[in-house]
Amino acid sequence: MRSILTALAATTILSGAALAEAHGPDLTGTLRIVSDMSNPAPRAVMEDLAERFEEMHPDLDVELQVIDREAWKTQIRNTLSANPPDVVNWYAANRMMPYVNAALFEDVSDVWEEIEGLDSVKGALTIDGAQYGVPYTYYQWGVYYRQDIFEELGLEEPETWEQEIANCQVILDSGRKCYTIGTKFLWTAGGWFDYLNMRTNGFDFHMALARGEIPWTDDRVRQTFANWRELIDMGAYIDNHQNYSWQEALPFMVNGEATSYLMGNFAVAPMRDAGLTDDQIDFYQFPAIGEDIPMAEDAPTDTFHIPAGAENKEAAREFLKFVVSADVQTDINRGDALGQLPVNAQSEVDEDKFLEQGFAMLSQNSPGGVAQFFDRDFPAEMAALGMEGLQEFMVYPDNLEDILQRLEQARQRIYAN
Amino acid sequence: MFPTPIQKRSPAAQIAYQSMLPLALLLWLLPLLAVMAFSARPDADFTTGNYWGWPSSFEGVANYTLVFTSEMPRYLLNSFLITIPTVIGTIALSCMTGFALGIYRFRGNILIFFMFIAGNFVPFQILMVPVRDLTIDLNLYDTRAGLILFHIAFQTGFCTLFMRNFIRQLPFPLIEAARVEGVAEWRIFVYVVLPLMKPAIAALSVLVFTFIWNDYFWAIVLTQGPDTQPVTAGITSFNSQFRAAYHLMSAGSIVAALPPVAMFFLMQRHFIAGLTLGAVK
Amino acid sequence: MAVAPVVPDRHPPAFARRGWYRRNEIALTPWLFLAPGVLFFTVYVVLPIFQSFGISLYRWDGLGEATYIGLANYRELTTDRAFEISLWNNLRWLVLYLLAIPLGLGIALFLNQTVTGIRLYKSLFFFPFVISQVVVGLVFSWFYLPNAGLLNLILGWFGVSLNVLGDPDLATYGIIVAGLWPQTAYCMILYLTGLNAVDPEQVEAARLDGAKGWKMLWYVIVPQLRPATFIAFVVTIIGALRSFDLISIMTNGGPFGSTRVLSFYMYEKALAEFGFRMGYGAAIAVILFLIMLCFIAYFLWSIWREERGGRG
Repeated sequence: MRSILTALAATTILSGAALAEAHGPDLTGTLRIVSDMSNPAPRAVMEDLAERFEEMHPDLDVELQVIDREAWKTQIRNTLSANPPDVVNWYAANRMMPYVNAALFEDVSDVWEEIEGLDSVKGALTIDGAQYGVPYTYYQWGVYYRQDIFEELGLEEPETWEQEIANCQVILDSGRKCYTIGTKFLWTAGGWFDYLNMRTNGFDFHMALARGEIPWTDDRVRQTFANWRELIDMGAYIDNHQNYSWQEALPFMVNGEATSYLMGNFAVAPMRDAGLTDDQIDFYQFPAIGEDIPMAEDAPTDTFHIPAGAENKEAAREFLKFVVSADVQTDINRGDALGQLPVNAQSEVDEDKFLEQGFAMLSQNSPGGVAQFFDRDFPAEMAALGMEGLQEFMVYPDNLEDILQRLEQARQRIYAN
Repeated sequence: MFPTPIQKRSPAAQIAYQSMLPLALLLWLLPLLAVMAFSARPDADFTTGNYWGWPSSFEGVANYTLVFTSEMPRYLLNSFLITIPTVIGTIALSCMTGFALGIYRFRGNILIFFMFIAGNFVPFQILMVPVRDLTIDLNLYDTRAGLILFHIAFQTGFCTLFMRNFIRQLPFPLIEAARVEGVAEWRIFVYVVLPLMKPAIAALSVLVFTFIWNDYFWAIVLTQGPDTQPVTAGITSFNSQFRAAYHLMSAGSIVAALPPVAMFFLMQRHFIAGLTLGAVK
Repeated sequence: MAVAPVVPDRHPPAFARRGWYRRNEIALTPWLFLAPGVLFFTVYVVLPIFQSFGISLYRWDGLGEATYIGLANYRELTTDRAFEISLWNNLRWLVLYLLAIPLGLGIALFLNQTVTGIRLYKSLFFFPFVISQVVVGLVFSWFYLPNAGLLNLILGWFGVSLNVLGDPDLATYGIIVAGLWPQTAYCMILYLTGLNAVDPEQVEAARLDGAKGWKMLWYVIVPQLRPATFIAFVVTIIGALRSFDLISIMTNGGPFGSTRVLSFYMYEKALAEFGFRMGYGAAIAVILFLIMLCFIAYFLWSIWREERGGRG
């Protein structure tokens, strides 16, 4: 209860609403939550949330089960159909589509009518005009780089593609690689494609491609790959990246063998853990490529949902409202908690070098739009085939034609169903 | 004896053979020795790229302590709680089926026997989708019981083959004598046949224990999370939990391998009998 | 009936007056004893095989309603390149995995001596078979690590370096080698037992006839090892077609799908992170089953022949 009081004192405007929440309806029974926040810091956040919610509702028994984040990705479907709890974690946009289509996620549009400050992320939770979950956190993507090495080489944060390439040449000349990446589990290559395509062709084009409205063999898609190929041909990426997971690629940056990493903000914590100080690492927005193309960003949103088969939907709805409220959002996304961005516009962003930059970028310098991520914006099967093709392209850029034909064939089949 | 006993060869050949033995063994177990070496290294060695040089310090105790304070003990416990009931269930069922198929002559005997053998040879992935659905329908998804029931069913095929062949080699007059004395059939099973099957039971227990302990596929299809998953699935979640922590994963792998290895060394005779007896006859 | 009588088919007259159960005891008992095992096996193994055939005719995401689409899944398989790659890889596994048999025989011959400590040597050579494939997979993926692996350390002395698991042309072979390690140990044990049973008189007789070395091995020893070879063949074929754990651990099917085999591809399509196609996965399973059926038929035929020969 102490943390919520601190939060109340801090956010005077919202204290009224928060108090109303605390005195909300009398909830009884059991609230079963299955969460995928299995890493140490997020786990603590989730446990704290469950505990606080239980204290607010003395007659309610909150049962929390935390499942390994990777395992949950394949096992949510079994849980939803076999033994649905009352609240689960998942992801926004296309990633929730199969469960919405199978009527396994509850329509929570009524919850959205009662909450404020979430307009910017509403689209990602909306399918056919209804909302099927609430967000609890999101995080920016961008280029994390070794500030100390940039200084040593006399480099500035690039703003254009030409500067990016020129910087990379200097880095390569110094005997280092420009970018570390581990593509064993494929999605990291999806991040690169998202940015290159959004910068080359814009956000709307990218989303149209995700919806299957544009052929993979389109010349504009080819231009994206041509830009990518510039970097590949320079030797900008570390060797053998197809062998590494994203974590296994971290040491290259920590040891200074590579200077930058296009990643989500969750990479900051392990970098700090590995001994890099905030003077050594910094962040910049992925530079512009095409002229007059509004900047757009990847900012994946993680979410809470109510399974359609939940038993205590009343308590679950209250929990969803509780999680998105401004002060709770401020609290759980702090640098020492999740270390990510709050979804509620009325929340405060923690004083953290990376969170502040990310928040500024997403709120002021992302006029084109905010994408979820390759594997959340594309339908599941297209995402899997697509990312495999992207990995192949990064290793064998000469195979591009073959890859594009294959993806185009898949596109025609997948979106037809 | 083939090849010619080394004692009958020249002293030079004997010395060559004696010195080749340890060398060959070293080569054979090289990948494993490497992992043992990994498990005693500090984390720092891996980030600085010192994989094979002299370790900067010996962290074996610390690494294994970390392994035992993680989720690992829970996974190990699950492995035991899955493996032991499976062994008991499988042995019980296959003693009965083996007895029925080995002693009695009836229409369909060979058909049922072949059904067990054929089912046992099936690439078990074909069962994946229906068995998962069945387990969900029985409300046993993500429970140890769900995994145990499937394992018992599948292993029964292999064990029936083994038991039936073993029982066929028992002296049949013993059973006939019992029958003449009017002993009920189930008493013949319990008091005459079962005691004679002890070696087969021992061999199969060791074998099934190893198979089930090492199962990975069904563990990831039918269970999730540290509450139910066995250690084989646990090691890989170790993988994501500690980012690329080779030293800890190595230590974890070794811990996970220990029970079947101990089982093997303690029960070696039964183990080898199990591998060869039922099959080779 | 092909099987000769094991139990004399007569009821002792003493029981004739007893109850129905007693009168039919010998006919009933086997079915009572079989019931639980057969029930389990039918529910969990036999029926699911047929269910898989059924599911393969549907489009089904495993969550909502299934739609009947006839043979469409199979038609799609004919144009699916990932399926083709998986099929070829299965063939590689089948052929190369059989190397475990000669390798196992080789080691068995090497170890078939009676010097001090040989028992310990035999156990230690057998050791890899006892370890889980998950651990074997981890061990070998570290062995192959591109910069830090022991393999590249050794190759480095000759100025060569290989990224075994990162190279789509090499990765499958790299995994098969890892699989051969425990499988060879298995075959070795089968042959060590087989060698024990080799008839010493025949060996001596052949020696007197001047047979030795390879000739002796090929014409005298190997024929006597036939039962061991048969079992080694069976377990190796089954192992090759079931390969899953190693692939999942070592490459996860990559790089870009080059190490998939049917069993892995089926899992990927039906149940993995982005796999929602139960019908398609089941169709792959059916193909794998049909391949296996050729071998199963052969195995059963061999066993049947032996049963008849042994008793006839």
